[in-house]
Amino acid sequence: MSVLTVSGSPHLQANQSVGKLMYGVVFSLIPAMLVSFYFFGLAAILVTLTAVVSCMAFEFLIQKYLIKGPLTVFDGSAIITGVLLAFNVPANLPLGIVVIGSAVAIGMGKMTFGGLGKNPFNPALVGRVFLMISFPVQMTIYPKPQAFNTALTDAVTGPTPLTVLKDGVSRGESVSDIMLQLPDSFSMLMGNMGGSAGEISAIAIILGGLYMLFRKIITWHIPVVYLATAFVFAGIFWLVDPEVYADPVFHLLTGGLMLGAIYMATDYATSPMAPRGMIIYAVGCGVLTIVIRLFGAYPEGVAFSILIMNAFVPLINKAFKPKRFGEVKNG
Amino acid sequence: MGGVHPPENKFAEKCAIERLDSPDTVAIPLSQHLGAPAKVIVSKGDKVLAGQLIAKGDTFISANIHSSVSGTVAKIDDVIDASGYRRKAVVIKVDGDEWLDEIDRDATLIKECNLNKEEIIKKISELGIVGLGGATFPSHVKMMVPKGKKAEYLIINGVECEPCLTADHRLMLEKGEEILVGISIQMKALGVDKAIIGIESNKPDALAHLQKLADGYKGITVEALKVKYPQGAEKQLIKALVNREVPSGKLPIEVGCVVHNVGTALAVYEAVQKNKPLIERVVTVTGKSVKKPSNFMVRIGTPVSALIEAAGGLPEDAGKVINGGPMMGKALNDLEAPVTKGTSGILIFTREETPRPPEQNCIRCAKCLTICPMGLEPYLLAVLSDKKRLEECEKERIMDCMECGSCHYICPSGRPLLDQMRVGKARVGKMIRERSN
Repeated sequence: MSVLTVSGSPHLQANQSVGKLMYGVVFSLIPAMLVSFYFFGLAAILVTLTAVVSCMAFEFLIQKYLIKGPLTVFDGSAIITGVLLAFNVPANLPLGIVVIGSAVAIGMGKMTFGGLGKNPFNPALVGRVFLMISFPVQMTIYPKPQAFNTALTDAVTGPTPLTVLKDGVSRGESVSDIMLQLPDSFSMLMGNMGGSAGEISAIAIILGGLYMLFRKIITWHIPVVYLATAFVFAGIFWLVDPEVYADPVFHLLTGGLMLGAIYMATDYATSPMAPRGMIIYAVGCGVLTIVIRLFGAYPEGVAFSILIMNAFVPLINKAFKPKRFGEVKNG
Repeated sequence: MGGVHPPENKFAEKCAIERLDSPDTVAIPLSQHLGAPAKVIVSKGDKVLAGQLIAKGDTFISANIHSSVSGTVAKIDDVIDASGYRRKAVVIKVDGDEWLDEIDRDATLIKECNLNKEEIIKKISELGIVGLGGATFPSHVKMMVPKGKKAEYLIINGVECEPCLTADHRLMLEKGEEILVGISIQMKALGVDKAIIGIESNKPDALAHLQKLADGYKGITVEALKVKYPQGAEKQLIKALVNREVPSGKLPIEVGCVVHNVGTALAVYEAVQKNKPLIERVVTVTGKSVKKPSNFMVRIGTPVSALIEAAGGLPEDAGKVINGGPMMGKALNDLEAPVTKGTSGILIFTREETPRPPEQNCIRCAKCLTICPMGLEPYLLAVLSDKKRLEECEKERIMDCMECGSCHYICPSGRPLLDQMRVGKARVGKMIRERSN
């Protein structure tokens, strides 16, 4: 007779795995990736490839030679970090800097804490902020988007819409004058504007987000609340003085807010667990983003606000529990 | 709130209930119900008839046990039961099939019941009726409404949300009238005028059948429920049918409800109208490679191996045999374990279906928390119980966990969340008991 297994219930397992979830995210990033390749050409392809390969390589090296633990380099999470890091830097960033960013993202951002699921801060954002501080010049020269771009280093460069706005406002120009120098909302929605490689096209990122919602990889709470908060908060200032503050639609479409709200803030390990906690966290992200944009030294605030809110996640998880069954007495 | 959708795999839903002959020997455990084991009243060498009392439940929460066959008591000894432990059982060598005279074995339906409340409850208690949905709580105890509480609804559980199992489904189709009479008897015993039968909408035939029959009975309605696991859990069922939440740590009577399984309603009918004790039940035998998935009416005490034999034998590729459904059932370590009052199914997994996936880091995807029907945080409770932080476990309501297994089922990292929480629950339970001593 055959040997029978004895184990605790349940005996069924959903057709799910870490790899399936992670590759689902990677798959959903394809539209945004295509847009960045279209506007920034070969340069964007190289930056993305470099980031992905070096993120995977660093994870492998650290697991194999430092931690000497099981290898999880093919679970897809290092690929996501690589793609998101590439999306968060200018497409013409020297590849050496991309490698440094990947080392920081994977090494400092993820592996020091024990790898996937244990890191308190979003690894791609850790890498990005490290680069912003260490290479401020290279990190703020953005190539101008050109359809079917093949240029590598000699691309025409230009500022992002948020930089134009910040500089203009600080010079005392009115917002309506500044807006004349910028692409219209439709172009920005499609991604035809200066910016980091993958953050430019709101529509492609929303598409990816819808796919993740459909596959139940993420829930609506964080992206919807984050965007809504940023919209309302920016809208209040705009209503107060439209000549000093830009309109809320402009804020939604620029500076990687879409990318941040849909991909960076929803990172499993660094966002709250319970729906109520997610909402609080997303409100925090939205408010901080606009505060930094309107009153901070940097033109854009998505990366900082998400990292700041990441730090609050353990507290939020303690304070905001899911709704327990049988908590409210009724009947 | 919450819930998962495991594949239903109800292979045996079209298979009519087949009566299985009694085996050569039966082993009838003295502990087949929640509560204290029954006290044995026969001894080795005694002749017994089918339906004869062989062990008395003499504490408040316990149940009488009757012989399921006629024959001679061979020994009273420890046998390995479905829990995997050795427990005391009465082993009876079968001889013919003689029943006690007072048991009416005729199939004619008797609708009229002239007994009063107390008499009904007394009969249910004497004839050893327990909840047949799985928890095997003594039924007469549920029917005695505590002072200061009032029952408003009798809720009948025909959900059968466990994948693979079809025993209740077949009973509803084949014994609908008897179930409805049983329900009206239970209503009388409880003093309620409303009963709701909840059935998942994946059983349209059972829904239609009972709906039609229920028109002939006052106060009984049938409701279709969304298909999701665990829809048939007591508290979830009450919430779905009457939109009341049973408070944490309390019983359904707190919100005016008493819940019984359809199988229990049938057992009540047979006990009250036919004097038949609970000595047989329907057991689904199924699995992907089982030759003949079936629903058997079997005598309590029949070894599981006999059921598997009747369903075409243990498949070559069997990797695990489960007593119950795939979500809450227990893996058997001995196929000679006897069928008890709580055995709803025998499920055979292939070797392919058996292994658990490799365990990975928790990625904090929050799926366990989203699907938990009790609104708990399994990822957190698993870690807290691992670290023996029992006070925190209690504060985070580990004792509310009903062990439905949805968290382990959904976890993409294959973490044994329920295993860890079970250990935590046992430890917290001990801590609470010691505190009150």
